[in-house]
Amino acid sequence: MTTAITTDILEQRSRRDARHERLFRWLLKACALLVLASLLGAAAATLWGGRDAFATFGWHFLVSSEWDPGNEVYGALVPVYGTLATSFIALLIAVPVSFGIAVYLSEVAPTWLRTPVASAIELLAGIPSIIYGMWGLFIFAPFFAEHVKPWLTNNLGNQPDDGQLSWVAEHVPFVGKLFGSSYPFGASILVAGIVLAIMIIPFISSVMREVFQTVPTRLKESAYALGSSTWEVSWDIVLPYTRSAVIGGIFLGLGRALGETMAVTFVLGNAMQLSASLLDPGTSIASTIANQFSEAAGLQKSALMALAFLLFVVTFIVLLIARLMLRRLASKEGR
Amino acid sequence: MNALYLRRRITNALAMTMSMLATLVGLAFLAWILWETLRQGISALDLKLFTKITAYGEDGGLLNSMVGSLVINFIGIGIATPIGVLAGTWLAEYANRTKLGESIRFLNDILLSAPSIVMGLFVYTIIVLPSTALTHGNTTFSGFAGGVALALIALPVIVRTTDEMLRLVPSTLREAALSLGVPQWKLTVQILIRAARSGIITGVLLALARISGETAPLLFTAFGNNYMAINPMEKMSSLPQIIYQYANDPGESMHALAWAGAFVITMFVLLLSLASRLILSRTKVSHD
Repeated sequence: MTTAITTDILEQRSRRDARHERLFRWLLKACALLVLASLLGAAAATLWGGRDAFATFGWHFLVSSEWDPGNEVYGALVPVYGTLATSFIALLIAVPVSFGIAVYLSEVAPTWLRTPVASAIELLAGIPSIIYGMWGLFIFAPFFAEHVKPWLTNNLGNQPDDGQLSWVAEHVPFVGKLFGSSYPFGASILVAGIVLAIMIIPFISSVMREVFQTVPTRLKESAYALGSSTWEVSWDIVLPYTRSAVIGGIFLGLGRALGETMAVTFVLGNAMQLSASLLDPGTSIASTIANQFSEAAGLQKSALMALAFLLFVVTFIVLLIARLMLRRLASKEGR
Repeated sequence: MNALYLRRRITNALAMTMSMLATLVGLAFLAWILWETLRQGISALDLKLFTKITAYGEDGGLLNSMVGSLVINFIGIGIATPIGVLAGTWLAEYANRTKLGESIRFLNDILLSAPSIVMGLFVYTIIVLPSTALTHGNTTFSGFAGGVALALIALPVIVRTTDEMLRLVPSTLREAALSLGVPQWKLTVQILIRAARSGIITGVLLALARISGETAPLLFTAFGNNYMAINPMEKMSSLPQIIYQYANDPGESMHALAWAGAFVITMFVLLLSLASRLILSRTKVSHD
């Protein structure tokens, strides 16, 4: 009798547990699927919002530099160029600097200095982008316009103040155009690129530093024992060993730079014009959206959504490459 | 000393100097940015910042923006924390090494650095547009929509840290509980999440630090409001949004207000990241 009751209770209990278990499992899975849904949803929402623009302009949307709300003609070329140019400048500056920081922190600096300096650099990553934007707008752009830009336009550009072309502007192709500008203010593609570089340096350098530390000590010690210098160990041993993850870190920084809105919007000048000069103002995809979306309607709103879709797809691909590259090193470690 | 040796030594000295310079440049920019934010922010600090609303313009303060920021961040973290913790738990405990689990983990890492402005447009499409249609064409920006947009940005951060922290919990703990006949859901809720609690809290704090400076997704969701709004169904101001607006204003005194707002946000974010570091370092010690 008692045993029958006990088994009964036990059975009830295990049934209840199984039911709870199933419910719990479903709840967790639903939450995890929400992550997936937010990714797909963002792509679908911007594609759907941009359908009018894609339907109206077709492929011309990608190659046209016209952006004329008066005549309802929109092309993505100017903001796309601005996004790519600023991100490219940012990488050009950030990659060598980050590599230098990572080498210094993993090979050169005295041990007691490494952690505090690394945390200080990582602090840069925590500062909100709008602070970079304000600093760029009120401090860096005026500084640049006063101290750096005159030198660049006079010594490298094709529109110097005294009308005398420098040797470089005359003889090296493209340089004159890149640095020629009659625009008096600091806000420009170059300044936006520099501010972006400062923003992404902590991301790239902390990835590089982390992966540099995964290099087996016996590899490095063998090289040192054969008489290698610190630089040769860094360049010929550490870098080849971590190559894929280093590229991953760089792409991670690129993904950040492409999608950055606030820091860029403040210092880009927001001019819908295609200029060969890096010292002229321009615009980027994100800053065009931030500036125009609230007041846009109809086809303009759709064009902005289409821009957002382009941005999302491009950053997705860049970040996908970044993660795949980072993962290759992790699998080498057997993790 | 032969020529080759000399060249190698010079290259090395040059490269080491450059790497030190690179570090100095990075630190110099950090110092420059923080210094300017402190200098301009402290000189603009004033009691009226915390007592007056933005409707008074240059004679006003930032009270409604601070309240708005608190409300929107609270909604954002309030939505993202339970979903993120549960999703992270699923990844670590139920779907570790399954195909779906691996791909969600991978995509979550991508979402970590997805452009926030696109998330703002996404929420605009799924919340602002439908509610506009429901209210017959009045554009209904709301603090709630802003909170959802921030939740989408906080979510991947919380998922990632929860997942990582749970996987750090020693598997002996799981085996011990399972051998006593504890069902897996009870094991997860009562033992594993509790063991990883401080790590998960760190993740939530990091997510809060991340979203409290976000501007772009709020422009088309919470929009802004010059008056005090506490009801999340109304348009709502927020600190980053008012900084953006005031910094683009031609008036000098508006710039001072923007700097004051920037100072408040920076302090808040730095304190948060400091707190999360402290919590994390303490747990590391206790686990060793």
